[in-house]
Amino acid sequence: MRRAWVLIPLVLFLALLVLFLKTLNDKKHQQDLAVDPSALPSALIGKPVPSFALPSLEQPERIVTQDDLKGEVALINVWATWCPTCRAEHGMFNKLAGQGVVVYGINYKDKTEAARTWLDDLGNPYRLNVEDPQGSLGVNLGVYGAPETFLIDAEGVIHYKYIGAVDDRVWNEQLGPRYQALIDKAEQETQP
Amino acid sequence: MSKRIWLVLLMLLAPVAMAAIDTYEFETEEQRARFYEVSSELRCPKCQNQNIADSDAPIATDLRREVHRMLLEGKDNNEIVDFMVERYGDFVRYKPALTPATMVLWFAPAAMLLGGFIILVIMLRRRQKALREAAANPLSKDEQQRLQSLLEREEDA
Repeated sequence: MRRAWVLIPLVLFLALLVLFLKTLNDKKHQQDLAVDPSALPSALIGKPVPSFALPSLEQPERIVTQDDLKGEVALINVWATWCPTCRAEHGMFNKLAGQGVVVYGINYKDKTEAARTWLDDLGNPYRLNVEDPQGSLGVNLGVYGAPETFLIDAEGVIHYKYIGAVDDRVWNEQLGPRYQALIDKAEQETQP
Repeated sequence: MSKRIWLVLLMLLAPVAMAAIDTYEFETEEQRARFYEVSSELRCPKCQNQNIADSDAPIATDLRREVHRMLLEGKDNNEIVDFMVERYGDFVRYKPALTPATMVLWFAPAAMLLGGFIILVIMLRRRQKALREAAANPLSKDEQQRLQSLLEREEDA
């Protein structure tokens, strides 16, 4: 009887070991950890893009609101010229826009002139760009750095957020399949 | 030469001393106190081991600005924390809310302490019981002799 009690810590330890090893080898976790262990899941999944009224980067006299982002399944890319990772992923967005993916930009805490020059130099994959110099829309979107990329449906509801540079791998494994699923769903609903 | 080294060391310290100072105006001292209270309870989503009061990250500056704005609007501490949780998730709370998912977090330490006490009490009682029984049943003559011989053998060895 006494012997059995002595074994309890060992059994607990082995149980924890199994739990940790299982979590470590979990495919889903592995993917998340490989990308960025400090990435936070968005608290806004399933919620609509928060309301805002901010100037367009290309036409400062035009005020853009959340309704301007509705109508099609799209990506919202939070970017800035001070963000080196944004430069690294810019080519990918040019490519995606070339393939017909709708991309909206949020120019996050940036300088207007610098942002325009950037788009002239590197190409403009964005259907429109919202200027968010104070980061107020950023706060409402739960943005805590750049780049971040949201996936929204035609009603402007947020379905996914990716933190960090979007490249072929991220698109093929994470954003692309979700984007395609939303497109397929929208098509099914229009053609019953 | 050593003076120069000191100068360099002091310069290295300068950014630490400069961290997270902004100028905010408050209407009352109570507001100022609440500003520090709330911003030290909110965790910075970027530099994840700091609260937004200490962090120098741009996002922490933005969030402090939001806290300040909401304080002046007359929002209470809970409303401000809820605003942040709505946008950044439960992660931003340094003081986790009491939900079914955080029950273990809140109560496990107290439960473990209690468990330890219970085990301690059981062990002490058992020992006392054994001592009492020994006192109630003293050794017989034979047993005493055996004890004596065992002790002597120990000494010889």
